[in-house]
Amino acid sequence: MSHLDDSARPAPPLGMLAELTHRCPLQCPYCSNPLELTRKRDELDTATWQRVFAEAAELGVLQVHLSGGEPAARSDLEALVASCVEHGLYTNLITAGVNLSRARLDALAEAGLDHVQLSIQGATAEVNDRIANLPGAFEKKRAFAAEVTDAGLPLTLNSVIHRHNLHQLPELVELALDLGARRLEIAHAQYYGWALENRAALMPPREQVMEALALVEAARERLAGKLVIDAVVPDYYARLPKPCMNGWGRQSLNVTPAGRVLPCHAAETIPGLAFWNVREHGLGEIWYDSPAFNAYRGTAWMPDTCQSCERREIDWGGCRCQALALTGDASQMDPVCERSPYHDEVQTLAIVDASRDAEFRYRRFAREASGGKS
Amino acid sequence: MNPSAPALAEEAIVRLPRGVRLREDKARGGWVLLAPERVFQLDPVAREVLSRVDGERDIGAIVDDLAAAFAAPRERILGDVRAMLADLILKQVLEVA
Ligand code: SF4
Ligand code: SF4
Repeated sequence: MSHLDDSARPAPPLGMLAELTHRCPLQCPYCSNPLELTRKRDELDTATWQRVFAEAAELGVLQVHLSGGEPAARSDLEALVASCVEHGLYTNLITAGVNLSRARLDALAEAGLDHVQLSIQGATAEVNDRIANLPGAFEKKRAFAAEVTDAGLPLTLNSVIHRHNLHQLPELVELALDLGARRLEIAHAQYYGWALENRAALMPPREQVMEALALVEAARERLAGKLVIDAVVPDYYARLPKPCMNGWGRQSLNVTPAGRVLPCHAAETIPGLAFWNVREHGLGEIWYDSPAFNAYRGTAWMPDTCQSCERREIDWGGCRCQALALTGDASQMDPVCERSPYHDEVQTLAIVDASRDAEFRYRRFAREASGGKS
Repeated sequence: MNPSAPALAEEAIVRLPRGVRLREDKARGGWVLLAPERVFQLDPVAREVLSRVDGERDIGAIVDDLAAAFAAPRERILGDVRAMLADLILKQVLEVA
């Protein structure tokens, strides 16, 4: 076994995404959850999550993002937030806002919740409810947003953007202001999990993407000091890859509903990586010593082109899961990079997908095999 | 400095809004400001200023205190503090009470 001296030890993580459950009343076709969703009976219990939060704080995590699925599907959400607060962790609730009552929201605020991030699928009921595949969702979200601000909690609106709602960008900005959000996240769909399944239904045409980028830039300047606008750029049309997770195993970790710890939410798509589980290992041990976290840490794993590139510690070679999805090899440079031999192929693929008219394949649990004894 | 930054009077009182917290970062050393989806690592000066922001003292009083604590010219401190706080207001991690 190779031995790292202390100076080579990776820095502790800043953030942790706690995917409390995969249960969700919505069925967004771009959902980043894996195709194979974890069922309720396989979720970590309350005490285990509480231990994980204690270990996270000890390890150096500062912010916890409570996510899913829909975190409010867990009846112990209040207790989980309280436990994060007890350990000094900043808590961010990422919710679809359709099944959290005012009483529960108040209890969360009381427990010390720091921030709410509400997802919105479109700027009108028609678009929103069709993408979420849930009639009435838009109105519930609006009402929920009002309750969040009324409870004195800061609100971020998060919208995943694709071919079916990109034209609503100006309305989304208005909606964010209208709902009293202090922050708006415009996140172009990232093609993993369900979004990869639905790529031909979601990929927007190139011109539309470029227009949207300009529009976001203009809105950001116009609303400085009033609304923070953060954008996750669409990368299939880009020339350089995004610094995925700011580097593998550098700043954040993900805990799945079943307790596996991942360097990013799509990492389980990479074959041959063993992900350790919090049921068997301490979080610190997983962060520093698990083979999955060390697999693509730093620059040593990189292909020669990246090794000799001045951007190697800026984008860290881009996204491992995207490299896998598009080239079949997770240790390739992200093919979005113009130096990748696959770059032209990816651009072509985006253009072709953007011109297709595929139906949504909505995100849902697979039907279980019948319970009959065999 | 950013042209759209608000001009801050010495009498203005600023505070951290709900959802923004100042805390020590023992694991990495130093202090941080935690905000929605963001972590600001603070330099020692920013830490000295922000640790005096309590939603009660006005900017003038904070500057007096800093000038006394560091035996530095008040005018210079006032300029620096104003610029720093205005920038944080633009980033929405600080608000005028
Ligand atoms: S993306 Fe949609 S379906 Fe997936 S967890 Fe979020 S709200 Fe639920
Ligand atoms: S060659 Fe590698 S390091 Fe350089 S820009 Fe492309 S992906 Fe990033």
